[in-house]
Amino acid sequence: MVGVLEVLEVLKIIDSSILLCLFGLPMLGATILLFIPAAALKIIKIVAVAFSLVVAVLAIYIFVSFDETLGGIQFQRIYGWLPLPGPWGSGDDAITLSLGIDGVSATMVLLTGIVMLTGTLISWNVKESTKDFFILYFVLLSGVFGVFVTFDLFFFFLFYELSVLPMYLLIGKWGSTSKFKSFVRTKEYSAMKLTLVLVAGSVLIWVAIIAIFFQAGIGSFSVIEIQKVSETALSPTFQNIFFPLLMIGFGILAGLWPFHTWSPDGHVAAPTAVSMVHAGVLMKLGAFGIIRIGIVLMPNGAETWMPLLIVLGAVNVIYGAVSAMGQTDLKYVIGYSSVSHMGYVLMGMATLNVLGMNGAVLQMFSHGIMTALFFAVAGMIYDRTHTRDTLELRGMAKKMGVISVMFTIAGLTSLGLPGMSGFVAELLVFIGVFQSYGHLGIILGSAAVIGAALTAVYILRLIASVFFGSTPEMWENQTDSRPRELLVAGILVAIIFSVGLWPFPYIEVIESGVNPIVAAISGAG
Amino acid sequence: MNDFSLLLPEFLVAGLAFFILALDLFIKENWKRYLVWVAFFGLAVILFVSLFIESEGQLYDGLLEFDEFTKFFRIFFLIIGGVTVIISREYVDSRLKYPGEYYGILLFTLLGAMLLASSAELLTAYINLELLSFGLYVLVGYERYNPKSNEASVKYILLGAFSSALILFGISQIYGLLGTTRFDEMSVAFSSLSSISPGMAVGFVLIVSGLGFKLAAVPFHMWAPDVYEGAPLPITAWLSVGSKAAALALAIRLFSEGFISVFGELQPILIVIAAITMVIGNLLALVQKNIKRLLAYSSIGHVGYLLMGLAALGPIAKTGSVAETFTNLVYNGLLFHMVSYGFTTMAAFLCVITVYNKTGRDDISAFAGLSKRQPLVALVFVCALFSLAGLPIFVGFASKFYLFNAVGGQGLLWLVALAIVMSLISLYYYLTIARQLYIENSEDDAPIEVSFVTKLTLGGLFGVMIILGIYPAFLLEAIQRAPDALISGNLLSLV
Repeated sequence: MVGVLEVLEVLKIIDSSILLCLFGLPMLGATILLFIPAAALKIIKIVAVAFSLVVAVLAIYIFVSFDETLGGIQFQRIYGWLPLPGPWGSGDDAITLSLGIDGVSATMVLLTGIVMLTGTLISWNVKESTKDFFILYFVLLSGVFGVFVTFDLFFFFLFYELSVLPMYLLIGKWGSTSKFKSFVRTKEYSAMKLTLVLVAGSVLIWVAIIAIFFQAGIGSFSVIEIQKVSETALSPTFQNIFFPLLMIGFGILAGLWPFHTWSPDGHVAAPTAVSMVHAGVLMKLGAFGIIRIGIVLMPNGAETWMPLLIVLGAVNVIYGAVSAMGQTDLKYVIGYSSVSHMGYVLMGMATLNVLGMNGAVLQMFSHGIMTALFFAVAGMIYDRTHTRDTLELRGMAKKMGVISVMFTIAGLTSLGLPGMSGFVAELLVFIGVFQSYGHLGIILGSAAVIGAALTAVYILRLIASVFFGSTPEMWENQTDSRPRELLVAGILVAIIFSVGLWPFPYIEVIESGVNPIVAAISGAG
Repeated sequence: MNDFSLLLPEFLVAGLAFFILALDLFIKENWKRYLVWVAFFGLAVILFVSLFIESEGQLYDGLLEFDEFTKFFRIFFLIIGGVTVIISREYVDSRLKYPGEYYGILLFTLLGAMLLASSAELLTAYINLELLSFGLYVLVGYERYNPKSNEASVKYILLGAFSSALILFGISQIYGLLGTTRFDEMSVAFSSLSSISPGMAVGFVLIVSGLGFKLAAVPFHMWAPDVYEGAPLPITAWLSVGSKAAALALAIRLFSEGFISVFGELQPILIVIAAITMVIGNLLALVQKNIKRLLAYSSIGHVGYLLMGLAALGPIAKTGSVAETFTNLVYNGLLFHMVSYGFTTMAAFLCVITVYNKTGRDDISAFAGLSKRQPLVALVFVCALFSLAGLPIFVGFASKFYLFNAVGGQGLLWLVALAIVMSLISLYYYLTIARQLYIENSEDDAPIEVSFVTKLTLGGLFGVMIILGIYPAFLLEAIQRAPDALISGNLLSLV
């Protein structure tokens, strides 16, 4: 009986520091992997899967036990970190590890947990330096989780940078080079471009954070504390000057046009699991940052600049879709479709109304799952055929029935077929956009709908040409998905349908997070 | 009555240096390689002593001042000096003759650095600066049969002597116009002046230029890359950390005790120097092919960040009330970033030394495929580079954030923005090294053996980088006391 009590005791400790575990466990996993000899492949894989599984379970637990009727910030914990002396006194709680979850981040945590687990499973066949790969992969995810659960500007920025740091090596070492007829996109080039562009974004964010900290003048980096004084301390002029820094800085990671060019290159060059995490989760960090820091701390600035963001978002949708049409590389199509879909997210949040923001967050979730599925399947095809050229891949359905079904499901979600997650999210965004900004809203809403139609064009064309038709001789010996791959795809497909068929549990959680944000804006306006 | 126990650590370092020189005369040739341990454990004992002795007071009628600031720098120099000794071990064993003189002279430069932090008078500071520099002139040219080392030494002596002359000329100007060279009396004399005479301005400019030479700030940086390239590697490390920190210590004390009431006049000069230093340093680092030159330019870039902190020491608006400034925060940030830069640079240099000892190459492509040949060194190196670039979870991130944040609070947000952009640029060239370490393959796949001592040192520096990055609060507690000692006496004169 003692054993049971001890287990309960341990569970209690985990429960009281569950958010700490969320980013602490991947870090611990990375540290443990560091000490396992590189030759012990089996142990490395077991450790990696075990940690991913535990973290995924934690993420699901957090999402399920999040009380949407209560709303607000839950699981809150504040740990002191570094005092900053100044005119405000000793500044004992200037920088705190302030953890918490609201409706928006609960959804994002769930997304990250799922993508992390599926990404680990899909990386089973990473051959070269498996150990190093998982270490960097875990560091990356630790950063992502950290961003979602902190309410402190310093730690937010720390985790934000932490999630960029491993990308260079992950893409540069394990990535793949794309050869086109007239030019070559090397993985080193893509890795460098991605890293530098993203860090350039964080330059803007960093400047804005410093400015906010001193303008607020309360000697605290806590988002919650600064929000309390934002109306009086952060003047509308200040907000109008510094909001664009955050909007563009975070927007770069969210794939905001015209700063999106790192994203297709980076996603294509990255190894499968990293593409899944990057397109699936990391791009959401940018959108999440605009909401969590930009809109929450600077509602006046948001109101001034959101019309621009909604226009840029619409450009994203159309531009991404048109670019995707012209691609002949499977992953580039998905990469540009990500740019297009992130446009909906940006448009949704730019409406600043509950419906649109709900749609934006749900689209973040839905797109994360869908893109993860897309990249996972593209990786499966590439593993078998060693090409991603859509002109070479023909009639794959005959040999890869299951894989083509999964790809088709992802594609149909992408074009917003009712019954799948994309439909619900995009519908909410459309309605939100139509409701906002009068005539401009109607024009942009129509543009967004046209974007969805364009998506149908390139996705259906792609599916038709790659999977159907006669199979060339060179693909006669292909095999279908293995159980492990089926498991990965199965998890993702199940979630797509669960959101599509019964989205209300998700929407309620999201709305509990969105409501106070929107209320604060109408209060400020 | 002078209380000479205040100087105990300095006496001990001098004694240790003489002891090593003497020991070198009497022991057998093949025993000389153990001299490194005498130096190292000697320094460890001295460090232990200086941690626990009371050190508050003045010596020689205020020429030397002992406070928490002195203590902080003394401990910092002892630790960095110890690290320099230990990373010299294999290099000296395999490439240099006369280890006794090497460690002896190294300890004398350490002594100079320690005394600089406590100098509260211009001529005393000058003498200590020369003690530091003379030792370095010898050490830079220690590889006697290497033409590059000789070239470096000649360049360093000529330019170093020139900068010393500048400082002396500046001191004479200030003494001529104020009638004193003690920092506290200077501060009083300045505050009674109604305006700055041209002669005084000349004095300021000369002293700032002289210090700029020692710090390798642009436009006084020309010597740095050549000297760094030619000097023996451990000395390069000591040059880029120890001697820079020493010049910085002098600058901080001089500006916050001596020049505090005229700081507003100096600030524009410092701001301009800081801005061009970080821009030039980081841009020139982009095109380097040699790892020593690259690290030299990157350290120039870091000096730019430190100078930015130095420039922000005083309140930017002269009318702004003292209570509303963030001077304290800037001091902390400045010292924190210096510590962070010091340990990280030492770690980076140890990695370079390890590879150089085995391969004899110091171009960047020598590091290709190091992750396969020597995973530990590659890991520490890449982490040191990330730390220098200011990425989490390493100490470089925390210290840059702290420093930039503090400078931003002083109203220099545009300068901070420039510094952050320069950090971004620096990330590019650090990543090109990371690419060699992890992505490129080398033609020679033979593993590089690393001795246990080196592994231990690497592990220790790696631990410092991570621990200070994750939880720097205890270091800042120690740092906090240092500027308090400087500020407390000076806020009055500022008002």
